[in-house]
Amino acid sequence: MENQALGQVPSEHLPVHFPSPIQVANCYQCGKCTAGCPVAMHMDVAPNQVVRLAQLGEWEKALRSRAIWECVGCQTCSTRCPKEVDCAGVMDALREASLARGMAAPERFSVVAFQKIFLENIRRNGRLNELELIGHFKLDVVLHTGRIPFLFKDAGLAPQLGKRKKLHLIPGKARDRGVVNRIFERCASERKP
Amino acid sequence: MSRIGVFTCWCGENIARTVDVDEVAKRVAELPGVRCSLNYKYMCADPGQALVREKIASEKLDGVVVASCSPHMHLKTFRKAAQTAGLNPYLVEMANIREQCSWVHHDRAQATAKAFEIIRLAVEKVRNDAALQPIRVPVTRRALVIGGGVAGIQAALDIADAGHEVVMVEREPSIGGKMAGLSETFPTLDCSQCILTPRMVEVGQHPRIKLYSYSEVEKVEGFVGNFKITIRQKARYVDVSKCTGCGECWNVCPLKRNSSEFDYGMGMRPAIYIPFPQAVPARPVIDKSQCAKLIRNGCGLCEKKCKAEAINFKDEDRLVEEAVGAVVVATGYKLYSIAKSQPKTTLAGYGEYGYGKYKDVIDSLQFERLVSASGPTGGVLKRPSDGAIPKSVVFISCVGSRDNAKGLPYCSKICCMYTAKHTMLYKHKVHDGQAHVFYMDIRAGGKGYDEFVRRAIEQDGARYYRGRVSKITQEHGKLIVRGADTLAGIPVTIEADMVVLAAAMRPADGIEELAQKLNIGYDEFGFLMESHPKLRPVETNTAGIFIAGACHSPKDIPEAVAQASAAASKVQVMLAADELTREPEIAAINEQTCAACFTCIRTCPYHAIDRAELRTPRGAFIKNTARVNPGLCMGCGTCVSVCPSKSADLQGFTDQQVYAMVESLA
Repeated sequence: MENQALGQVPSEHLPVHFPSPIQVANCYQCGKCTAGCPVAMHMDVAPNQVVRLAQLGEWEKALRSRAIWECVGCQTCSTRCPKEVDCAGVMDALREASLARGMAAPERFSVVAFQKIFLENIRRNGRLNELELIGHFKLDVVLHTGRIPFLFKDAGLAPQLGKRKKLHLIPGKARDRGVVNRIFERCASERKP
Repeated sequence: MSRIGVFTCWCGENIARTVDVDEVAKRVAELPGVRCSLNYKYMCADPGQALVREKIASEKLDGVVVASCSPHMHLKTFRKAAQTAGLNPYLVEMANIREQCSWVHHDRAQATAKAFEIIRLAVEKVRNDAALQPIRVPVTRRALVIGGGVAGIQAALDIADAGHEVVMVEREPSIGGKMAGLSETFPTLDCSQCILTPRMVEVGQHPRIKLYSYSEVEKVEGFVGNFKITIRQKARYVDVSKCTGCGECWNVCPLKRNSSEFDYGMGMRPAIYIPFPQAVPARPVIDKSQCAKLIRNGCGLCEKKCKAEAINFKDEDRLVEEAVGAVVVATGYKLYSIAKSQPKTTLAGYGEYGYGKYKDVIDSLQFERLVSASGPTGGVLKRPSDGAIPKSVVFISCVGSRDNAKGLPYCSKICCMYTAKHTMLYKHKVHDGQAHVFYMDIRAGGKGYDEFVRRAIEQDGARYYRGRVSKITQEHGKLIVRGADTLAGIPVTIEADMVVLAAAMRPADGIEELAQKLNIGYDEFGFLMESHPKLRPVETNTAGIFIAGACHSPKDIPEAVAQASAAASKVQVMLAADELTREPEIAAINEQTCAACFTCIRTCPYHAIDRAELRTPRGAFIKNTARVNPGLCMGCGTCVSVCPSKSADLQGFTDQQVYAMVESLA
């Protein structure tokens, strides 16, 4: 950790760049984010501790944490934060940085894989193709972990999904794919520091 | 003026390090009109002052410039010195070569040059100075105290005991304020009413205190030493002079189920009521929005029962005028309203805590009433929803306070202490109960305060969690409190029977309107502004108006009382003299040239300019003019800058002086 004032680390030394509205220095560690987080009990470090690591510049710990991959992005923390720190945004930025540096927690491989495959799916089709997603995701995880039973996990849910028309056998695609591509391009360019 | 003495100070090293004082003194000596120019290590020290006095006498100086620090520091010192030597004190000017020169520059040559210029300006100013005389205004030796809480009571008693008459105005039917409703007080756990009611009685009985309860300040006119206050006595429907306070009326009143303001909705009261048994004055009021007689000409039982014939349904608001010389504002506080709807757009509420939705989520003042021996439950802690005794109570601090998202970034200061007190009172009443506290920081600075909080934790077993609560829900009759403990880094869920929210302190309702009537400042949250945060903590920027208690900032009882005594002593200093002297550096209007456009009247921030007429000695009308009230003018100079006919000028800072100063630089 560099010996610099919290939140005042010059940007060239910052391994992680948060979008400008996020001010981690504003956080006074009240813990309301952790209190309201629906998945905090599954995290190795609590949401307020993730923000704390960002304040301290302990990037190594923050980027390798499992917590950032447990976050489901429900935004409860950001909504209720008394200091208006976008905690969910911090998680998001950390996930990106973690992925870019290949530091994503290995025990959360499936979460990382799911997020990647989900995005890839949207980019290709313009909307979600469930069958393709499931196939791609299961295959990826099984190839990586060798856990064959994973292939059939949740299979029992398929009829129910079908009944509720959540599983489309003939996939639809967005008509104007150019728009989808432009959305992706713009997100990518805005995210760059 | 041609015999000016210039005294340049080294201020030890403060000035001499950056400014070549010898060089400055030498160059200043060559300025036209400067009779002598000296420098000395500490001008403000006794030998330095002696030097000034001696030179005034020996050189027959008719103007003095002291080049040293800011006039805020030592102008008074040197004016006094000059006066002792027989020179009019307003012929002394200071050139600030410390704060505005040596402290802010490094280059010695440039700083020396600048110091010389600053002194040259001051020489030019003093050359055009007039020998002014301090202003004397008569004083009405009475004081007004607005607010009858513990701060107002203390201020009123102090002033009255010193021999001056006091007029006290209290908005509620009884004095006593918030403290009268508290159960016990930290850090000694002595009964709040037991220590306050003797003081209330003292106010009620004091021969020099005139108490207007159930009244409000309607209008404020005049100026320091000479205020004219109009007080609105709200219709009470009870003749206070006839009423004996026997209680027949409120016993007979059939409309007994009205929410009690004194119990913050935790108890009931009749439509004719006294807020609490020890009320001062112990005279009831009728709530006109509830009384059947006043609404639809029904009932009237109280009137029939009253042997003193004190009930008067035809009562109306009355306006009375009081003349006072000084005012103490002690209007106190109220709690932030926790629920979603807020009185101001800058504030937001806590939907997530369910206050107002769940009956057993209450605020701290409501809890005080529930544990108070004189409270609606007679001192037995029963929760509001079903009257059950809560076995698990969660206390949450910083509700509203320190919450930027809700619009109140400040710390309310007393919540840490009273929350610790609440856990103790709870434990003393419910021995098998468990108190849980969610806190962010514990702020217990004060005599015996931290020990008190530790006692709550170590002896009375309160469980403290360092973290905020995110949400409160209700399941199967239990309140589910979802909080966090950041020390362990885990979410914490507690099933509680009751939740007490330590809501932020906000200034009392109507503070802005009152401040505008009094022409005193307030901050963005409505707290009144002191004149100087360290050196003038009870004065306001309007002369003769003082502040005490929680209307200034969140504070506890000892602090409010101390501040009230401080304000009272300031009032006593003011009222001790027959006349007040004020600095004469105020605006004056040339009434011959005034075009009577009255632009100055409209722009004056102190309402210090009035319309006047010029008449011949025989009384024939000559012209209209504006006229400055020397008691009110604060010398800000706004009128000078707006006057189209250049008839307004600031004494001691005349246009002529300023132009001469500017020209000397050219």
